[in-house]
Amino acid sequence: MSAFRPLLIATTLGATLALSGCGYNDFQRLDEDVKASWAEVLNQYQRRNDLVPNLVATVKGEAGFEQETLTKVVEARAKATSIQATPELINNPEAFQKFQAAQGELSGALSRLLVVSENYPNLKANQGFQDLRVQLEGTENRITVARNRYIKSVQQYNVLTRSFPTNLTAMVFSYQVKPGFTVTNEAAISAPPTVSFDKAPAAAPAASR
Amino acid sequence: MARSAGLIAVRGGRRPLPGWAAALLWLAALWLLAGWPPRARAQDLLPVPALSARVIDQTGTLSAAQRDALEAKLAGFEAQAGPQIAVLLVPSTAPEDIAAYAQRVGDAWKLGRRDVGDGLLLLVAKNDRKVWIATSKALEGAVPDLAARQIVVERITPAFKRGDFAGGLDAGVDALIARVRGEHLPAPQRQAGGDASGLDWETLAMFFFVGVPVVGGVLTAVLGRKLGSVLTAGGAGALAWLISASVLIGVVAGLVALVLVGVLGLGSGGGRGGPFGGRGGPPVIWGGGGRGGFGGGGGGFRSGGGGDFGGGGAGGSW
Repeated sequence: MSAFRPLLIATTLGATLALSGCGYNDFQRLDEDVKASWAEVLNQYQRRNDLVPNLVATVKGEAGFEQETLTKVVEARAKATSIQATPELINNPEAFQKFQAAQGELSGALSRLLVVSENYPNLKANQGFQDLRVQLEGTENRITVARNRYIKSVQQYNVLTRSFPTNLTAMVFSYQVKPGFTVTNEAAISAPPTVSFDKAPAAAPAASR
Repeated sequence: MARSAGLIAVRGGRRPLPGWAAALLWLAALWLLAGWPPRARAQDLLPVPALSARVIDQTGTLSAAQRDALEAKLAGFEAQAGPQIAVLLVPSTAPEDIAAYAQRVGDAWKLGRRDVGDGLLLLVAKNDRKVWIATSKALEGAVPDLAARQIVVERITPAFKRGDFAGGLDAGVDALIARVRGEHLPAPQRQAGGDASGLDWETLAMFFFVGVPVVGGVLTAVLGRKLGSVLTAGGAGALAWLISASVLIGVVAGLVALVLVGVLGLGSGGGRGGPFGGRGGPPVIWGGGGRGGFGGGGGGFRSGGGGDFGGGGAGGSW
């Protein structure tokens, strides 16, 4: 009995070390982390999608509001909601890019709408519009935070996938690196902004958050 | 220290080190050097101050009496209802947006009870003339963005415009408290009950699974099995009693240690007293140091560490 004890302890320890050393459990944990943070991103995007119709309805009431800006928002929202936002999106880089591009377009259209609305005093005095604006800004902040957290959890997962001994586990179970968020308009951001004083600030590119 | 010793040993060659030891020392030196400048990149952002009190004023705006009054109000609310509210005044959050800085502060401080996560942060960037209320996720229902915005616009900024910073903060805090009070949050646990016991359990667990086998191994090797295990058990019990201030826990700890060392013989590596003795030192000292650290934390304000700030909140300028 007592002669077997050291053997037993050694075997148990060895098995535990071998199992934890290959990182299989870490993969499961981080994969769930990524999924959860992605769900939060989707959640916040959904919240924004729900806010947009109210915003559009309020702005429509304003006589002579720039129709082009408004239609852009409506179109961008339609496009963004047409893409099935499923949790599986994170394992499909192409669909992920598309989804991200659509959401980015909506961000741009919305911020443009908010900028333009500054030119309409009635709208600025409209309490309903101001409330929606606060909610929209809050949602944009939440989206930023959710995206940051997603990027961080993806980073952890990808490091585990690519670094040594655990990349072998990834190979065996065919775990791929997951896509992070990148800016869609990289070229537009790195170009210096063009400032023109000729006309009203209509030519200014919409700032995307 | 280790680096210079390595240099002398390698260069002087008076006491030639084995090759692997020299290589190890060099590696340690390189590691030290590489790790020396701690994140030079982060210095262009405004650092998050240490959470030393509920009201932290880096601008020197509030008088000591005003600060104490606000602090007392927040402390009273926390003792009575549970949620943690902190007020931070900084000169400017440049180059960041105030919302981004508030987010970083929220992430660092994690205001709110550990199991409830109810925290609020009221941030003022005085020279930027901006205010921000950041809500943790648990309080996003009690203080939605619109409510936060209303509090900022109706209570805080009018007073700030008059230059009455203490009055604005006071009114804002009152409004926040009124809103949070309407939320049905779990009542605060009584002193030394919940918050402290979490740490004690961690300490105890660490102490059992690291300290007891090591110390037990040393003592049984030196004094023999019976005396060694009894002494270890007695020591473990006494230490547990000291840490947790509970006789019951002390007795249980002693019994568990007795079973671990005496019956199962954990840590009694036969005949290897030397190496075990060498390694037995650090955990014991470390355990003692940890206890001192926890004991010293009683004076100031400490975050519950449960608040998750997900970008909720609103602000305004004056």
